[in-house]
Order: sequence, then C-alpha cells, then structure tokens
Amino acid sequence: MSGSIALTATGPRRTAQAFLALLWRDVFVTGRELVAFLAQVILQPLFLLFVFGKVLGDLGYTQDNFAQVLLPGVIAFTAFLTALQNTAFPLVIDFSFTKEIEDRLLAPLPTWLVAVEKIVFSTMRALVAAVLMFPLGWWVLGSVSITWGAVPAVALFLVLGSLIGAAVGLTIGTLVTASKINLVFAIVLTPLLFTGSTQFPWTSLTDLRWFQVVCAFNPLTYVSEGMRAEMIPEVGHIAPWVCTLALLGFLAVFTAVGVKGFLRRAID
Amino acid sequence: MTAAAVEVVELVKRYPKRPDNAVDGISFAVDRGEVFGLLGPNGAGKSTTIGILTTRVRLTSGTARVSGVDVATHPVAARARLAVVPQRTNLDRALTARQNLVFHAAYHGVPVAERGQRADEMLEQFGLGDRGGDKVDNYSGGMAQRLLIARAMMHAPEVLFLDEPSTGLDPQARLFVWDRIRDLRSRGVTVVLTTHDMDEAAALADRVGIVDHGKVLALDTPDALTRSLPGSTTLDLTVEYAAADTAEAVIGALGEIPGVENVERVTSEGADVPEPAGSSDRERSVRVRLYLTGEASALVAPVTAVLATREARLTALGLGEPSLEDVFISLTGRDLR
Repeated sequence: MSGSIALTATGPRRTAQAFLALLWRDVFVTGRELVAFLAQVILQPLFLLFVFGKVLGDLGYTQDNFAQVLLPGVIAFTAFLTALQNTAFPLVIDFSFTKEIEDRLLAPLPTWLVAVEKIVFSTMRALVAAVLMFPLGWWVLGSVSITWGAVPAVALFLVLGSLIGAAVGLTIGTLVTASKINLVFAIVLTPLLFTGSTQFPWTSLTDLRWFQVVCAFNPLTYVSEGMRAEMIPEVGHIAPWVCTLALLGFLAVFTAVGVKGFLRRAID
Repeated sequence: MTAAAVEVVELVKRYPKRPDNAVDGISFAVDRGEVFGLLGPNGAGKSTTIGILTTRVRLTSGTARVSGVDVATHPVAARARLAVVPQRTNLDRALTARQNLVFHAAYHGVPVAERGQRADEMLEQFGLGDRGGDKVDNYSGGMAQRLLIARAMMHAPEVLFLDEPSTGLDPQARLFVWDRIRDLRSRGVTVVLTTHDMDEAAALADRVGIVDHGKVLALDTPDALTRSLPGSTTLDLTVEYAAADTAEAVIGALGEIPGVENVERVTSEGADVPEPAGSSDRERSVRVRLYLTGEASALVAPVTAVLATREARLTALGLGEPSLEDVFISLTGRDLR
C-alpha cells in the first residue's frame, strides 16, 4: 500500500480522465449485458412497427404510405424513450437504494459533470437503438424511405432527440422518489408517448385542434416531425428549422432542471 | 499550507426546515498520521461532519479543510486527497470485486499500468485474494466492508474517512478491520472515523472528540478523557434491601458515604423485570454504581457497614476503573435518541 502513486494529471486533463473513466464504466457494463440491452430497446418499437406498419396495412386498415409515416416516428420514439429510461431508472435506484453512484460522486471532477456523463451515456445507448431501427424497419416493412442527402439532418434530430430524452430522464430521475416512480411513469410516460406525433403527422391534426396544441408541448413531437421532414418530405410536416429551435429550447430547459435536480440529490 | 490533515473551524450545518443546527459550531484539527475518532450518539452530527469534509454535504458556515484544501471552495481537489468508507455498502454491483477497485482507480486517474497490480495487492492484503472475480452481490457484510476499505485505498488518499467502520460486523471481521486501520496509520495515512462503539474508539483512536447536539463536548486522548471524569474509580454493587426499605433510600444512604461522589442506578436487562408475586426477594434488588474520589477497595468496608445497618444484603461487588463509555454517558446523558 505504498502512498506514492503518480497522479500526475491536473486540472482539465484530470477532469477529462475522470469523465472518460465514468463513461467507460457504463459502456463496459452495457457491453456485458448486451442481450438484455437490445431486448429492452428493440422489442417495443419492433412490435409497434410490425403491428401498425405491417399487419394493419396488409389487412387494409391503413393507407399505403402509413408505414413510411410511422417509421420516422417510431425511430424518434426509440431514441427519445431509450435515453429517457436509461437515465431515469438507474438514477432513481442509485439515489434511493443502492447508493452505487456515491463512488462516482467522489471522483475528482465537478459533480455536474457526473450528471452530464449520464446524459452522454444514455444518448449513446439511444443512438445505437435508433440506428438499429433502420435495418429492422427495412426488414419488417420491406423498404425505408430515406436519401443519403437526408442522413446528416436525420442524425442531427436523433442526437437532439436522444439528448432531450436523457435530460427529461435526468429531471424525472432526480425529482421523483423511488416509491413514486411507478406512478410517475404511468402518468408521465404514456401521455408522452401518445402526444409525441410518432404515429401521425402533427400538421394533419388541424381538425383536432386541442390535441394538436397538447402535442406541441411535447418535445418528442419535434423529433418525430423533424425526422419525417427529412425522410418523407412529401408528407405535411413542421419546418425542420422550427423543430431544431424547439428542440434546442427544450434541451436547454430540461438540462438545466435535470442538472439542478441532480446536484440537489448529490449534495445535501 | 497547514500542517493539519483535517481542520474544522466553527463548522455549522443547518438543514432547511429543521429547528436546530445539525452541526453547531464544531472545531477540531487532526494531525497527519493520526487516528481520530468522532464519538457520539445517533444524530449527534458525526456523519454530517464527515459528509461536509468529504464534499457530500454543503456547509452553512465555518471552514473545513482536508490536507490543506478548503472542501467548500475546492471540492474537486479535496476529493483527490481523501477517501470515504461509508456506513452502508455502496459497491458497484454491476462489477466484480476486482473491477470495483480498478474502476475506482480509473476515476481517480491512477495510470492504467498500475491499476490491476494495485487491485491485486489490495485484494491480497484484505484477505480477498481468491474472491476478486466474484460479483459483490455474493459478498458477506464483512467481505464488503473489507472491499470498501480496499477500494478507498486504491488512489492512495492522504486522509481516510470511515463512517462507523465495524457496525454489523462479526468479532473476527471487526478485529481484522481494526488491524487494517492500524496498518494504515503505521503507513502515515490519517484516519478519521465515527463510531458509537466505545471499545472501537478506545482501541483505535489516538484522540477522541465526543460530539452531541452538533457540538464537541470533549476532545482528548481516551486515557485523558477517562482520567478527567469526576470519580476516577467506581464500585458496582448489587444490593437486596429490607422489606421496609426502598431502593431510593439505599441509594441516598450510599451517597452519604465520604469518598462517594455520585451514585448511579444501573439498569440492565433483568434488573427491572418485574418478578411474579411472591418472589419478593428479587424485586427488592437494586444495582448501583458508585463513582469515587479515591481507592475503590478502601470504600468496601464503609459500604458494607452502611448496608448492614439497613439490614440490606450485598449480593455482588465489582471494583472498576471508569471506561470511555462512562465518560460518554456522563457527557451525553442517558436519553434515548
């Protein structure tokens, strides 16, 4: 137990080292439970896509292009929800029961960066899940409507959607106590999923004005609409620049609230 | 840079919506290489003080320094110099024991080449050499506690904080942990531990601070604290008093004896259990502790004489030096927390 370990790095370098070590820990653990991770993130969107995109279409209950309207929404939903759940659940458990996060809170880096690491890692997971939805969509639906030119913009919306999902997850995970997490997920998650314009284009809701207004308050709407604008521009959609602005606004608000909540839980 | 490993000056912590300060103006300093014990009842402010020193609790006012670093203004620098063994295990259950050590080292910037080797050394030293590959879920309480200390030492901290290090451990594990703490001191690591276990404080700590209601009530070596207690020796008696007498009257009479400074009724399991009607002998029994100014043996004859005049019978007698527990009780009282 020599007391002479060379901890040479100082300042920003040391902070970066600690941050990457936290990130590596999460990646390492995910790598070991890859099957569980894939099952968790892929099954739900896959079935959604299969039943609503394939089965209902084949049975003639939906119009021909509905599958291609649905796919961008489902990919947006996968990114957003994966990021949200992967941030919120572990935090609730960590802060309330296992306290496993304490060792990371005592790492030599500013506490808010531990929260940022959670957002970054959940975003990484969410992006993996979202990217997987493209080949799965192709497999289930037989085709995916996207051009190479649309890829950068699609990537931007997926990154923004994942980041916001993670920030919302950080907010929920630090504001909600373990005893209320089931309740909160029931009353927050379900409405969030069905008002996110994943299953319908937002602009087509003009005859259902109140619902359109409700949907406008859901960040997921702008991810879905942005994705749709890039992947099937012929369907009516919110302008991509509006989506981008709205998403940046949501990201700023939820990151601020989430990090504040995290600091409140991490430091008494 | 100050010479003290830990320095706390007029430290105050007030939680919102609480009437009293959890920490109410605590000051103390711990020398480098010292084992310092914070002793106090539950809720006395020990853990809050440790929480502030380890950057997990924000102080309300005062100063707290670890290795010369102000923990309030430079928490990140402080974290590099300190380590914490928490009261409750917080091991990373997604990882094996060895991975817990390696990742902790990574968080603290220990070079890649040294992490594994150091982890193996630690596992060996803490008697976990053959269990490094186990998930920590499968660890017993004693093993988890050893691993927590090993983890804390992975980044070679200057000051180690242990929050009730042996609570819930079996005697073997407790002795093992004590030995490791002594090891650490011999290597120059400063150790600050909280405990409400008097034996632990007496066995490990160079100096002890007794804390209650957020204040330091006494601070000295365990020896000096026990010497300072009024009544440096004690006499423990169990007395069966006459039917016409009462326990209070007996205690009063014993208190009158010259050389007796204080009489305390001792209640422990059995003493206060009401007996079935009829066995009145047992009911008329009282256990007391006399705190004396002089030699205990010199008081035996006067005590028996006083009891004889009251037709009371002495059924047990013990001579005692005061313990840290006596100091603790005399300072913090008997109220349950």
